[in-house]
Amino acid sequence: MDGRELVERLRRVVGDRWLLLDEHDLRTYESDGLLQYQQVPRLAVLPGTADEVRECVAACAQADVPWVARGAGSGLSGGALPVKDGVLIVLSRLTRILEVDLDNGRVCVEPGVTNAAVSTAVAPDFFYPPDPSSQIVCTIGGNVAENSGGAHCFKYGFTTNYVTGLEVVLPDGELVTIGGKELDTPGYDLLGAFVGSEGTLGVATKIWLRVVPVPEATRTLVAFFDSTRQAGEAVSAIVQAGIVPGAIEMMDATTIKATEAMAHAGYPVGRGAALLVELDGAEAECDAQFTEVTRICADQGSDDVRVSRDEAERALFWKTRKAAFPAMGRISPNYFVQDGVVPRTTLPDVLVRIDELAAEYGLTVANVFHAGDGNLHPLVCFDAAVEGQAARAEELAGRILDVCLEAGGSITGEHGVGVDKRKHMAKMFAEDDLAAFQRLRCAFDPDGRANPGKVMPTPRLCGEVPGVYRQHPLEAAGLAERF
Amino acid sequence: MTTISPGSDEEAAAALKELQGATVRPSGNGSRAEWGGKDSDKAVTVHTGGLNRIVAHNPGDFTAIVQAGVPLADLQRHLAREGQWLALDPPDRGGTVGGLVATADSGPARHRYGGVRDLVIGITVVLSDGSVARSGGTVIKNVAGYDLGKLFAGSYGTLGLVTQVALRLHPLPAGTATLVASTADPAALSRAVLAMSRHPLEAMSLDVSWREDAGRLLVRFGGVTAAERAGHAAKLLQDVDTDVVLDDESIWAAQRAAQRGAAVVKVSALPTDLSAVIAAAGDATVISRAALGVSWLSFPPGDNLAERVEAARKALEPRKTAVLDGARLVDAPWPVADPGTLALMRRVKARFDPTGTFRPGTYVGGI
Ligand SMILES: Cc1cc2nc3c(=O)[nH]c(=O)nc-3n(C[C@H](O)[C@H](O)[C@H](O)COP(=O)(O)OP(=O)(O)OC[C@H]3O[C@@H](n4cnc5c(N)ncnc54)[C@H](O)[C@@H]3O)c2cc1C
Repeated sequence: MDGRELVERLRRVVGDRWLLLDEHDLRTYESDGLLQYQQVPRLAVLPGTADEVRECVAACAQADVPWVARGAGSGLSGGALPVKDGVLIVLSRLTRILEVDLDNGRVCVEPGVTNAAVSTAVAPDFFYPPDPSSQIVCTIGGNVAENSGGAHCFKYGFTTNYVTGLEVVLPDGELVTIGGKELDTPGYDLLGAFVGSEGTLGVATKIWLRVVPVPEATRTLVAFFDSTRQAGEAVSAIVQAGIVPGAIEMMDATTIKATEAMAHAGYPVGRGAALLVELDGAEAECDAQFTEVTRICADQGSDDVRVSRDEAERALFWKTRKAAFPAMGRISPNYFVQDGVVPRTTLPDVLVRIDELAAEYGLTVANVFHAGDGNLHPLVCFDAAVEGQAARAEELAGRILDVCLEAGGSITGEHGVGVDKRKHMAKMFAEDDLAAFQRLRCAFDPDGRANPGKVMPTPRLCGEVPGVYRQHPLEAAGLAERF
Repeated sequence: MTTISPGSDEEAAAALKELQGATVRPSGNGSRAEWGGKDSDKAVTVHTGGLNRIVAHNPGDFTAIVQAGVPLADLQRHLAREGQWLALDPPDRGGTVGGLVATADSGPARHRYGGVRDLVIGITVVLSDGSVARSGGTVIKNVAGYDLGKLFAGSYGTLGLVTQVALRLHPLPAGTATLVASTADPAALSRAVLAMSRHPLEAMSLDVSWREDAGRLLVRFGGVTAAERAGHAAKLLQDVDTDVVLDDESIWAAQRAAQRGAAVVKVSALPTDLSAVIAAAGDATVISRAALGVSWLSFPPGDNLAERVEAARKALEPRKTAVLDGARLVDAPWPVADPGTLALMRRVKARFDPTGTFRPGTYVGGI
């Protein structure tokens, strides 16, 4: 099939309206949430059903053309960046909620359903815990691909802990079900391998999610400290006491200043750190633990602990926290959002190290993070109008990841590798590790058509399966097939 | 039958390079040895007894790095000194951490803390070509690279040898209490399960047992207010007799033990299937992680064991069932897999173990 034939075939599949060929239309999709990378695809399709997705992928397979799946394009690692000469498969029309089964705690959705819409569909008694800050726009398909997290993940877990089944279009155009509505389908846990695979193993077209009952009670406080070290020690003390908060989020002085200007929550500008702690669960247990958390914060040096009195105040605390990224625009013309992880106990030392690096580079780094799981989001501020500053800022952001790795951490906690962090993969993984990743990728996509150029540090080919697959005698005898 | 016992990743890698062309069976202590089908008589056993170090325990980070041959019980004893545990409590007959990961076995704590797949944060494996590969890391949140820990969890030694895992730990609960609800009516038991699972109880465990026409729902609470919460939950139930037990360890030990037997069928179903599972069980004891829909039918020894097992499996169709204990009794311990999914699993096997070294022919679909 040549290029023209592919276009005509895709047109037949999705219809004229949902096939985009114009440079002007395609510009909408040239970047995801990470704007420094841009690439216009050769064309984009917006299929309206899972079957149309399958036909689009099958057409690409026949034409030997690479493709990229895209949800809402809110990704922060360039995961949905189109490939030149490739097809972009946009899933934003697949927004049906297919089943809500609360007796079994399950929801089945199409991939273009937004994260927030899942919780809405099961409200008021149930909710879907993984809650990325982008939840109003980002899609479940994107969440599955990135294994997205959010503020409540320390207690509740990540996307991967909530997906029980998927329908996936493989790069050869076959539709397969992995996992299911039930747990523990015997066989390899392909579900676990697929979640977090960043669109490189296939397109998820149907997703079964586990939802859980809304906790009986929620208690929220914000405690202010003189330094992030003090706040970090409070975090350790809380967790060490056996308390598992629903969320535990930290902001440093720069972030407090920036967010206060935007959210007007009455936070004391000038303080070293703010710690937002939310406990949820059974009322009695929550109350008992809340008293203890308040005491620990005071013991660790906080003289200003504010307990939310009502839902409005709780919402204000959260608004302030979630304003962190946009608010940074008020104190700096540009910034990079970094995403690294360190073991929680190393937080205080790592923060000192980041401050030293910021001083060395003459740039400001604001810190806001999911403190419970050691997931840092340093915001590296710069002014693109000043020559060379963007490059310096990018280098500094990379140095911060080196610090995370030296502390025993990871180069990404939730935003994924995408294109942006490929260059750091080889620092975290050895050649044999990367080769094992490639084995998985080749099992799903031997021809390398699904989101090529993402995740792996250098492009790799699959080749034939090396060696001869030896059959077990039973299998050869045709008996094992019955297993 | 040859057995080798490497003492390090490097030794394991060297041994696998040596063994090119042989059939290999990884082995812990053999507590689940017959699960997942019979190996070839010529298989070389690679025993993990020499990989028996707790490499690191970081109490402040609630993580540990453990070699595959460490017995689970030893690990738990070690962690308990710091008030922590690996929140996996399968019926334990001396099994190793590697065997637990390879079989993805679980116990009552699965309800709250998830299974093996949810608690392994990093893994080291030796593949049949002797390469040593790691995925994940040692932090509880991490999305760099593919998650091979989940792929190897429950792979029954058919993809490679697991030599080391990094694990997420949890605090031991400050106290526990168990709500016990009894009834001889499966429908009432099912209603009680749904009443409990639709409430935000934050229970540690939510199990059912059914034996000789007597059903029990067991809901375990942890924390300083455990007893109060168990009492509170009891008020949500109707048509069942309730009791709150404070000294509840023996209840749960019995529940775990009953998950093993002369023959055990594991059932993947939904919580609303409980009555159907009970109806299909025949003379087996039913142990169910009721809010998860996963059940174990544990058959007593005696005549016609294989027939009793197969009758239950047939009655449960199209639900997927696997025979664990007593696998040798039946022709096909694994259920029939969906053809498309099976083809994909075969491709995964062919990439990770192209020489078919690890336990060929023993897994789902004859993989
Ligand atoms: C302001 C802001 C705040 C954010 N906060 C968080 C946060 O708190 N936590 C967090 O984890 N992330 C956060 N993110 C990142 C982002 O929102 C998540 O990664 C999200 O999951 C991306 O979803 P999406 O629909 O936008 O996917 P896209 O950006 O469109 O795509 C992301 C990746 O998923 C693939 N993909 C999309 N759909 C499918 C499918 N159906 N099947 C297979 N692959 C698919 C794409 O190919 C791509 O590789 C934030 C982003 C922004 C802009």
